[in-house]
Amino acid sequence: MATEAVLVEEHPDVHHQRKIAMWTFLGSEVLLFGSLISTFLLFRNRTLGGPTAEDVFDIPFTSISSFVLLMSSLTMVLAHHSATRRDWRQMRVWLFATAFLGLTFLAGQVFEFTVFVEDGLTVTTSPFGSSFFLLTGFHGAHVAVGVMMLLSLAFMSMSGKLHPERGMNVELVGLYWHFVDIVWIAIFTIVYLLQV
Amino acid sequence: MTEAVHHRPHPRPRDYWTIAAILAVITAAEVAVTYVDALSAAVAPLLIVMSITKFVLVVGWFMHLRYDSPAYRRLFLIGLVAAPLLLGAVLFTFGVLIGS
Repeated sequence: MATEAVLVEEHPDVHHQRKIAMWTFLGSEVLLFGSLISTFLLFRNRTLGGPTAEDVFDIPFTSISSFVLLMSSLTMVLAHHSATRRDWRQMRVWLFATAFLGLTFLAGQVFEFTVFVEDGLTVTTSPFGSSFFLLTGFHGAHVAVGVMMLLSLAFMSMSGKLHPERGMNVELVGLYWHFVDIVWIAIFTIVYLLQV
Repeated sequence: MTEAVHHRPHPRPRDYWTIAAILAVITAAEVAVTYVDALSAAVAPLLIVMSITKFVLVVGWFMHLRYDSPAYRRLFLIGLVAAPLLLGAVLFTFGVLIGS
């Protein structure tokens, strides 16, 4: 109760309370991905005779995926900027662009997973495979949830259900989307580049 | 009271495009250094520095943490500080103590 009272006093409007909630959520997500990355680092050399990172990783391909996700952060922030200017049409264009880039990233991940399975690396092959698929799969699930939120916002806006006073929703979804991007920045370096 | 906390004006679209270009260049540099044999000894520190730079650019500019209330920064920092501690604890426990 006391904490609640302090928060209300410091942040009297709903905007700040919702942003506080989102940042708290993102802080906890850092711990979730921190534990998954720790698990991967612990098991990265335990391949049990199966494929190693060097055997299966295709760095140029994953680099393009990383670039696509980075650019989706640009389109997301431009969508947010359009929302703050109440340029809803432009906002929808950028939201759809962000969703498209997110789907492109996911398609790349599905393709990559398929190649890995064909190369003999599955979730049950070795601790390395389990921890790799768990970490990158969890991240992919986050991207998928983000794409759904982006498309929901765009379609809500098209049907007139995203009122100006709810423009804040774009910022909150944007924070989530950028977070997904920074997690990938860490994964790309730790899981891919440092292992080959 | 709350409005006073908002210090600086948010970046303009041109700034966002500039940040995106920098991020793209850093990503290209990250991939490039992994292919340069002469840098093999310095690859890990270089990659970590470049990764942290990208992280800071996205969090600071795209997520507006540089411009928003310090309260958000503090909340996110709790996770950022706790995550490496967690990572260290896990690696120490299973890698050294248990010797997995």
